[in-house]
Amino acid sequence: MFFLNVKRIWKSGFVSFWRNGVVSLSAVLVMVVALFMIGSTILLSAVLEDSLTTLKEKVDINVYFAQDATDEEIQGFIKGLEALPEVSAVEYITRDQALMDFKERHANDQLTLQALDEVGDNPLLAYINVKADDPAQYQGIYTQIESPGALSPIERDIIYKVNYEEERNQRAIERLSLAIAGFQKVGFAIVIIFILTAALITYNTIRLTIYVSREEIAVMRLVGAENNYIRGPFIAEGVFYGIVGGILTIALFYPLTVWVEQGTSSFWGGLNLFDYYLSNFFQITVIVLLSGIVLGATASYMAVRKYLSI
Amino acid sequence: MIYFDQVSKIYNGTGKTVALEDVSFAVEPGEFISIVGHSGAGKTTLLKMLLAEEDPTSGTVFFESVNIHGLRDSEKPMLRRRIGTVFQDFKLLPHKTAYENVAFAMEVAGRTEDEIAADVPHVLDLVDLGSKMFNFPGQLSGGERQRVAIARAIVNQPDLIIADEPTGNLDPVNTYEIVQILRKINDMGTTVFLTTHNKGIIDSVKKRVITLDQGRIVRDDKEGGYTL
Repeated sequence: MFFLNVKRIWKSGFVSFWRNGVVSLSAVLVMVVALFMIGSTILLSAVLEDSLTTLKEKVDINVYFAQDATDEEIQGFIKGLEALPEVSAVEYITRDQALMDFKERHANDQLTLQALDEVGDNPLLAYINVKADDPAQYQGIYTQIESPGALSPIERDIIYKVNYEEERNQRAIERLSLAIAGFQKVGFAIVIIFILTAALITYNTIRLTIYVSREEIAVMRLVGAENNYIRGPFIAEGVFYGIVGGILTIALFYPLTVWVEQGTSSFWGGLNLFDYYLSNFFQITVIVLLSGIVLGATASYMAVRKYLSI
Repeated sequence: MIYFDQVSKIYNGTGKTVALEDVSFAVEPGEFISIVGHSGAGKTTLLKMLLAEEDPTSGTVFFESVNIHGLRDSEKPMLRRRIGTVFQDFKLLPHKTAYENVAFAMEVAGRTEDEIAADVPHVLDLVDLGSKMFNFPGQLSGGERQRVAIARAIVNQPDLIIADEPTGNLDPVNTYEIVQILRKINDMGTTVFLTTHNKGIIDSVKKRVITLDQGRIVRDDKEGGYTL
């Protein structure tokens, strides 16, 4: 009996979803808007988080070594740096590598290349890029690099120049940290507001579709239908709104992410939104579909409750 | 079978409206009983009490030995399944076909798919709608819709059929047919409870007539005609 009723409820919900074409279409479209908000929130937070990581990665310390510093001396220095717990990565660019990079960068600039040939010897310096786990730790690393003998037991100074503009970097780092904290707060609030708005819009639309059916509900009661049996098909219909709306929303994100990426890749550079969408397709689909189903079912449940009280 | 015991219903709106006042009568199984009276005499209120849609202000209504208004909300559907209802405005489900409307009443009563597949066409044939089984209510005439409603009312073989002005929206030919169907149902042993304004119906049926006026029973004739 239970399974028979469940089967009848789903069938009846689907039939009425199908036959109430225009009403179902409008409910589905509103559901798309609601789910679009939720989906955009996911993508937006991915973009913002990625921009923050990119920005963080752009902060580093460059150490240029004197022209006569030997490779061993530099390797010893790097070892000393890597031993520091706050250092996350050290990238070593030798003089030869620096020259190749330079030539590559100026491949179309014959004048510069000729000037380089005139100099004869490689005029470029070897250097390292030092990265920290946390932007706040750069100051400490900088102090270590600057204090002679702290990192390598060598009498003479092999460092030509340390590129770390304390004040500018510090300000950038502070702003960055503020931005991260701010985003986490504002982002959370935005998510909550989006989801609440989405839920309210959906609830109101579904309430309207059920308002249209209030006489039917009265008839079902008169024929002797139990409340659950009346409510069931409406909830099933709400679930169908959610599923169809969810599928449409997911499909909508496909061209949209391509478009957004084409329009913005020049200044974001870092995150490939379309790739992000594709590689997280499963998770995004599950979240959007589940949100749709929960929204539709809850809204239907609450909306129909009003007409079940005779 | 049905027993109204000193039933009164007072609506407290702007000033008191007395819909029923001290109404008492009993209905035997298999009776065909007509309730007549002007608009506002209390006919519909009486029927709503039988369906547990309205509670009396005082007095009790019994269906068999059950006090209808002592039922919990969850028990009311069981009562309603034992009563078939036919209304002036048909009250069909507009997005279901004639077949599905009748089947719905059976689904609600927990009948199996096999029973539904066997009984629904049979009942629709009885009311002469076998050929329009898969039409939606919007594609049927008033008389046909009312016959779907009657098919739905009788498909679960209820003990009682309540017909509230069933011919109010119909032309004379359809009115005659509907009344014939109701008489046939009554002949098969089902109690019929009919309210109407139509003098012709009452005079032709020649069964018990209760006349209501301003919420009171003013006549109760065993084989009455229409007198107001």
